[in-house]
Amino acid sequence: MEPHADWRPTASLEVLKLRAEILARIRTFFARLDVLEVDTPALSRAATTDPALSSFKTCYHGPGAVRDEPRYLHTSPEFPMKRLLAAGSGSIYQICKVFRDGESGTQHNPEFTLLEWYRTGFDHLDLMDEVQRLVTDVLADIMPIDSVQHWSYRDLFVEIAAIDPFTATAAELRTVLQSRFDVTAVGLSLDDGDAWLDLMMTHVIEPRLRSGLMFIRDYPASQAALARLRLCSPPVAARFEVYLNGIELANGFHELADAPEQRRRFEADLERRRDSGGEAVRMDENLLSALHAGLPNCAGVALGLDRLLMLASGSQRLQNVIAFPFETA
Amino acid sequence: MASYSTSEFKGGLKIMLDGDPCAIIENEFVKPGKGQAFNRVKIRNLKTGRVIERTFKSGESVEAADVMDVDLQYLYNDGEFWHFMDTSSYEQQAASAEAVGDAVKWLKEQDMCEVTLWNGTPLAVTPPNFVMLTVTDTDPGVRGDTSGGGGKPATLETGAVVRVPLFIDIGETLKIDTRTGEYVGRAKE
Repeated sequence: MEPHADWRPTASLEVLKLRAEILARIRTFFARLDVLEVDTPALSRAATTDPALSSFKTCYHGPGAVRDEPRYLHTSPEFPMKRLLAAGSGSIYQICKVFRDGESGTQHNPEFTLLEWYRTGFDHLDLMDEVQRLVTDVLADIMPIDSVQHWSYRDLFVEIAAIDPFTATAAELRTVLQSRFDVTAVGLSLDDGDAWLDLMMTHVIEPRLRSGLMFIRDYPASQAALARLRLCSPPVAARFEVYLNGIELANGFHELADAPEQRRRFEADLERRRDSGGEAVRMDENLLSALHAGLPNCAGVALGLDRLLMLASGSQRLQNVIAFPFETA
Repeated sequence: MASYSTSEFKGGLKIMLDGDPCAIIENEFVKPGKGQAFNRVKIRNLKTGRVIERTFKSGESVEAADVMDVDLQYLYNDGEFWHFMDTSSYEQQAASAEAVGDAVKWLKEQDMCEVTLWNGTPLAVTPPNFVMLTVTDTDPGVRGDTSGGGGKPATLETGAVVRVPLFIDIGETLKIDTRTGEYVGRAKE
């Protein structure tokens, strides 16, 4: 056998030490707050129904095997963590590998490390404050945070692109993207709805975000995912995103606890997956049962640790902070 | 018709865009955690040489461009076309002025060039990185000046004009870097 030229890690030992240091600081942060570290399965019978996410699929053979039953690698530990919350765990956090099929690039690795945590009695605004404390704490003397900004999704679109994302039609978004920002997307149709907002977000807004920590909240109801809706006019999702130096770092919700509403959203997701030719997955009935039993009022957030490490080490590519990225795994 | 999905995009891939053959220079995957994935791509139009940026919705397919690079020997120019030959099959190709483009000023008979074929016909010609060309016109050489400072223009046998040191004379053969259009040195005999 020829020896492989690329057996060596792509991250320096210095960066790997920084990774260990950041993990240790996160655990210290939560220990002080008495938030419990938990460990939930990566391999599940059910998968996320989110049409924007794709789960790796595998199967189990051996004692107890169910014929033709697929197993999915989790895209986040959200569902089993909510089962713990419903069972009375109190506030919990987890640091784990998650897996997303189809996502690979300088800012994406198909398997990556997520820090996910849930705080009982918090709403999304309380949790945003805690995210700020955690990031500031963990990056102290590594990368000081020079500014913290808060924006609503709508104000940010109005400020940067002079368009209201809640009222603009896909055709209007297309016109503004093309005429003012010279952005077009091959294959995107006017039926794609929110994808036009995503195009504006990724191609126009994100490149113009200033350095520092930025919280964006009050997303359109169509992008609520697993967040509660706030019934103002128009209704907004109690969801926030965290950006650090213009890079998406975390996503959080005031968690939806309404089981029938959750089931409706899963069903709507599955219909969208069918329409777009996505994998028909099984929705998580265990989660729905847990919500039915009662999820405590809580907010949760998932933060990409590889991205945090990338920013903390001043790198532009995830491959520089992961010992063995997907290409050489 | 062969096609490529966005997941196959990478540098060097040849695709059809707006009816023209293009080469992907750089491919960037862009996706919000909870949203639509895109491929933001830097593309060179192989006909015009222009570089543009284009975004594709991930999962889309585009038509492949039947483009390949072959090493051919330059034979002659008949006034309208530049003729090249495959030295193993002796098969000949005629390239238009548009395809030859800027390479024209470096083409010397019998030099091997990289010819980009699209659907079997020449689309672009890349001269060798270094060519040996004879000076046909320049001011008389200044003896003893080897500093290379200053310099003067010299016309070469292909018509190209390059900046050369003052000591160069008509009739000398020079080594030229075609990528920069710069004089490298006197050709070794």
